[in-house]
Amino acid sequence: MVFEKVRDMLAEYKSVDASTIKPETTLEELKLDSLDTVQIVMDLEAEFNITLETDAQIKTVGEIVALIESKL
Amino acid sequence: MSFKIIGTGRELPGRMVTNDDLSKIVDTSDEWIFSRSGIKTRYISTGESALELGAGAARKALDDAGVRPEDLDLIICSTMQGDHCTPSLGCEIQSQLGAGCPAFDVNAACSGFIYALDIASGYFAAGRAKRVLVVSVDMMSRLLDWTDRTTCVLFGDGAGAVVLAEGDNLLTSFITAKGDSQYLKISFKYADNPFCIGSDASPYLYMDGREIFRFAVSALAEDIQRCIREAGITPEMVSWVIPHQANSRIIDSAAVKSGITREKFYLNLDKYGNTSSASIPIGLDELARSGKLIRGQLLIMSAFGGGLTTGGCVIRW
Repeated sequence: MVFEKVRDMLAEYKSVDASTIKPETTLEELKLDSLDTVQIVMDLEAEFNITLETDAQIKTVGEIVALIESKL
Repeated sequence: MSFKIIGTGRELPGRMVTNDDLSKIVDTSDEWIFSRSGIKTRYISTGESALELGAGAARKALDDAGVRPEDLDLIICSTMQGDHCTPSLGCEIQSQLGAGCPAFDVNAACSGFIYALDIASGYFAAGRAKRVLVVSVDMMSRLLDWTDRTTCVLFGDGAGAVVLAEGDNLLTSFITAKGDSQYLKISFKYADNPFCIGSDASPYLYMDGREIFRFAVSALAEDIQRCIREAGITPEMVSWVIPHQANSRIIDSAAVKSGITREKFYLNLDKYGNTSSASIPIGLDELARSGKLIRGQLLIMSAFGGGLTTGGCVIRW
């Protein structure tokens, strides 16, 4: 459930097909730089009603999902 | 009684510095700088003083307004650092212009212009001023670590000014502060006090880009919404937003959250970079002189910066 939400948010943010995003997809593959990562952290916080560190060490979509799940 | 803006002016140093110029002195590239910030060029002093830029912008604004320096009741200068600690830059500009009114400096970093307008609104409301000059000057080139490729590429020098007269064109104005030096700081070099050993503050800009990006996106989005709410207007009624020109990515993100369409956001940071408190009045002068800003239109100006400070106002042009 968390993965699907994160996948759809990233797909919309980067205007790509959601089916191309897998847990092992890296943020670099999605062409997200560090400012994009901050933006996504902010959007995820709003979506899931949690608090994350701005410099959260997330390299893959799977890591984002794990981080969110640890806060829920 | 509030004010209306009756004249605008801007002054930039002569030397334009491109991203390619910068890639010769630090390890960077046009592609990196532009994709991260939207900046292509900036103007850097090769000797022009804060006084020259400030007085230059002020004279243009006074000419535009048809106001003589002697007619001014007050000069408010926003700057992080003039040419001297004393006299203040406001006093030096007053003298250069041949004005006789009180003058002082305000330091609210990049929010300085909005802070100055907010202060001016108090003088008008109290009936203590009829003509006020607000001039914003920031010489970022004097404050940067020119070996830090993550920051030195983002800023430029410049000055912007407005002349205010009595009127009812200010719909709302507010300023905020949340004191915090952790993510954005520029220190001084102190004299060698023989009684105080070991103070070695770095006299250059330090900024945690990601934290400040986060602060700025939230601040800009929330403040624009607060402007709309407190002015009792709707997003559709706003013709223009001039945000502090720090980074196009901040503006892109905040625009989505603000409820105002992106085309209404005026951007010129591709040309000037981040000129701190001068950025909004420089943008206002460009927009006004372009003919695109029409009398009667509603304009939001919204700033955020070191302090941490923010400020916003809604003006009927």
